[in-house]
Amino acid sequence: MKRLLAVLSAFAFAVGVSPAEAQSPTGKVTVSTSYSKDVTDPVKKAFEKAHPGVTLDVQNRNTNAGVKYLEETRGNNQTDLFWASAPDAFEVLKGKGLLQKYEPKATGIPEKIGAFPINDPDGYYFGFAASGYGIMWNERYAKANNLPDPKEWSDLAKAVYFDHVAMAAPSRSGTTHLTIETILQGDGWEKGWRTIKEMAGNFRQITERSFGVPDAVNSGEVGFGIVIDFFAFSAQASGFPIKFVYPTVTTIVPANVAIVANAPNKAGAEAFIEFLLSPEGQEVLLEPSIRRLPINPAVYAKAPADYPNPFKDPSLGARVKFDVNISEKRTAVVDALFDQMITFQLDNIKSATKAVHEAEAALAKKDNAEARALVKEARDLIAAMPISEEQASSPEIAGAFTGGKQKGARQAELEQQWAAFAREHYAQAQAKAEQALKLAR
Amino acid sequence: MEPPRNPLRETTMALVLPRREGFLSVWPGQLLVAALIAVILLLFLIIPVATVIYVAFTEKGTGAFTLVNFVDFLHTDLFVRSFWNSIYVSAMAVVLASLFALPLATLTTRFEFRGALIVQTLGFIPLIMPPFVGAVAMQLLFGRNGTVNLLLDDWLGFKIPFMEGLNGVIFVQAVHYFPFILVNVSAALRNIDRSMEEAAQNLGCSGFRLFRRVVFPLALPGYLAGASLVFVKVFDDLATPLLLNVKDMLAPQAYLRVTAIGIADPMGYVISVVLIIVSIVAMWASAAAMRGRDYATVQRGGGGLAKRKMGLWGNVAAYAVVILILLLVLAPHIGLLLLSFATIWSFSPLPDGFTLAHYGRVFGESFIYVKNTLLYASLAGLIDVVLGVAIAYIVLRTRLFGREWLDWAASAALAVPGVVLGIGYLRTFYGVQLPDGRPLATLWIMIVIALAIRRLPYALRACYAALQQISASLEEAAENLGATKWRTVRRIVVPLMMGGILAGFISSFATAAVELSATLMLVQSDTDAPIAYGLYIFMQSAAGRGPGAALGVIAVALVALCTILSHIVIERGQRATSRR
Repeated sequence: MKRLLAVLSAFAFAVGVSPAEAQSPTGKVTVSTSYSKDVTDPVKKAFEKAHPGVTLDVQNRNTNAGVKYLEETRGNNQTDLFWASAPDAFEVLKGKGLLQKYEPKATGIPEKIGAFPINDPDGYYFGFAASGYGIMWNERYAKANNLPDPKEWSDLAKAVYFDHVAMAAPSRSGTTHLTIETILQGDGWEKGWRTIKEMAGNFRQITERSFGVPDAVNSGEVGFGIVIDFFAFSAQASGFPIKFVYPTVTTIVPANVAIVANAPNKAGAEAFIEFLLSPEGQEVLLEPSIRRLPINPAVYAKAPADYPNPFKDPSLGARVKFDVNISEKRTAVVDALFDQMITFQLDNIKSATKAVHEAEAALAKKDNAEARALVKEARDLIAAMPISEEQASSPEIAGAFTGGKQKGARQAELEQQWAAFAREHYAQAQAKAEQALKLAR
Repeated sequence: MEPPRNPLRETTMALVLPRREGFLSVWPGQLLVAALIAVILLLFLIIPVATVIYVAFTEKGTGAFTLVNFVDFLHTDLFVRSFWNSIYVSAMAVVLASLFALPLATLTTRFEFRGALIVQTLGFIPLIMPPFVGAVAMQLLFGRNGTVNLLLDDWLGFKIPFMEGLNGVIFVQAVHYFPFILVNVSAALRNIDRSMEEAAQNLGCSGFRLFRRVVFPLALPGYLAGASLVFVKVFDDLATPLLLNVKDMLAPQAYLRVTAIGIADPMGYVISVVLIIVSIVAMWASAAAMRGRDYATVQRGGGGLAKRKMGLWGNVAAYAVVILILLLVLAPHIGLLLLSFATIWSFSPLPDGFTLAHYGRVFGESFIYVKNTLLYASLAGLIDVVLGVAIAYIVLRTRLFGREWLDWAASAALAVPGVVLGIGYLRTFYGVQLPDGRPLATLWIMIVIALAIRRLPYALRACYAALQQISASLEEAAENLGATKWRTVRRIVVPLMMGGILAGFISSFATAAVELSATLMLVQSDTDAPIAYGLYIFMQSAAGRGPGAALGVIAVALVALCTILSHIVIERGQRATSRR
């Protein structure tokens, strides 16, 4: 026993009794962020250089954990700043009264980027960089599988890309949620879901975290990924064989920073925001490991030649007028619809889609009007949605997801209905497509 | 004392032992220890978890008590499907893990086998799978376009879906968790009294029959301890299915719902409750399987089973089997090592080039992570073996009312998702202020306690199995000779359990060293962060993959080193005792 204790305590004490105490509170600015070390380290270094005596204490949590953390610790808040990409997370925090109003003093920053206001109109959170959504792919993978370069979302719905595409679940990734919402607003509810489901029929996987997609594409496990632009740019900068394109239905949205309500070091928090928005802070974004789009148009003068510039390139994000209010009302409903109809039904939607592809390939060789009608029916069955756009933002349905005070439908009930709807429709679609294939042969 | 019985008959024929009332009576000291453990479990496990999952029992809107959410659970196809998938995967993972573990355990403990220590240590390493980067490494080797499949496709024109669907989960889980069986069965085999085997041989039993009828049954407590851990752990594990993008299993469903932002859906907590119940039932079942049997043996000090020599061909076959299994189960770590030296590794059997730069990048900053990891994990392991021995002793050697509940409550920790425990700690301890105004939950010691609670079941199972193998008559003898209860525990019980205690410490220590989910909620700053957290923040970007892998390698090497070290020290200690 003594010997064991000696071994065990040797482990414990050979390494010192306590980890270093945190720095004294004066001059410590605490930020909760979802950004990786590659982003936070250069910013921290530059910020601390600009403000000697101030240290930036970076607490890394994914966006969801960060929101939960602020919620749980609000009674005795120790965090000064919240710093992440997804605007919806900031909306949630704002709604819960966890953010502090502030008016940045930085100059040279326009009001809008594309169609999107850079700062929260109510003054609770502020854009510091911009990002757009697009398609990244692994060149080696595409070459080995003889796949063409995609340009638009709808390209990914083509039969050649079957089983080659990956995306994060919108319920897990705020940035992916915005991609889905952008498609829904750009193409309309019906057509938007049709596009999304046609793409989804080709999905190889739906990952649970945003970075899962670029990780899989970088490894060559999956060929094509629907991602936010900087994942592709930073992978290129690290040397991976990656290409990227912005489809025309994209939107450029700001990545944000906000001061937490009752911040222990409010002055430090303000200094950090001012630094991020200053020209020096904006220039840090150009570093190869970060590669985000600055929101100060003047800073692009220092960018590398092929750097995308949303202020000069009118095609970037100009087509879709993104309406934050519409998005906000139905966030949870859109995510749950996606999960129940696609994420948890992936095998079903894929086999239906595969049957449709096969029938269409047969029809291309030998046309048959009856079979063509069946294929159209099959496609409509796959695209069908259990609820309309109006219902999606109606209080009855949205209320089931907010856990509000009113009694009403429970989320689990609705989800089960939608899942059953999807499963039946996909099975019918598959049957019709298989019937069409027989006719076309 | 009762008259001596034939231990061979007693153990192999599974006779029901008469209870010895005088010996198993309640002592005030025992009551105190039991109460203390109950308070610890209540404070650091049950209350924090209850503050989070009570939502499962409330009605939407009113907050009144209801069971309607459990009805919803049963009416949701997805959850029912997930439930059966989880059961299937866990059971199959136990089968596959046994196939990996039993040959390794038997060959290294029952035969003269050169390098047994190395095999034991290497066989343990799969348990230390750093988060994220381990999965990346496995995909690069076994994934659809991993090394193996790219080569297969090139040469033979087909691919093997190692990592797809439920079978992929079974494969990865078995590789990851088989060490639980290996460690516990090895400890149990070493504990078997040589005279049992000799008696059987004298009666004409040998070969596989000897193993099947005498040796394996005697090692059954160890096997059941390992197998039940594998079952429950696989049932409750969310990381592996999620990384393989399998979502229709129970634990991932709970996690996905608990961590969704802005949604106040009770289903995540309902699933957590189901997970906890299933885990307790599984632990109860494994205890029930042992009920009415006694696997204890009296004699000690013989140094375990006789090690026999193998013939030339026996040796060749044994080495072939061991090397094959090791190559398979260590593949993820070989991949990790390659990844940590790789420049770019994308859609190719091997990396494009090799570099030392990743180690250079993490070298400076990893020191603090290493220090914190060693401190946290060893403290957690220490707490776990102390609690584990105490709980095992109370359950097996006393008649305290409700003593099994200590065991079940501690085992339920396996089923609590780390994030639920993390949120529970914030909820319970963030409001408690220290004299300097800082919340209690921000102290690094809370990370240690969270780790200890999460890893307690590992140590507990090992200690439990070890105590089951010790005959109570040894303690009776000591007490008859005038030793106090405490002295008996200290001088007789604990030394005899040493192998199991070590197995428990190593399991808890090693897995705590790479734990992330609860830690992520509780780490307050970089200076308090363990390696797993450092790794996590690297693995969020393309450029961080190499450095992340390098940190992963450092973590694995570190834990392996500590494992070997403790093996050596303990073995030396045992040799010293048996010589005496």
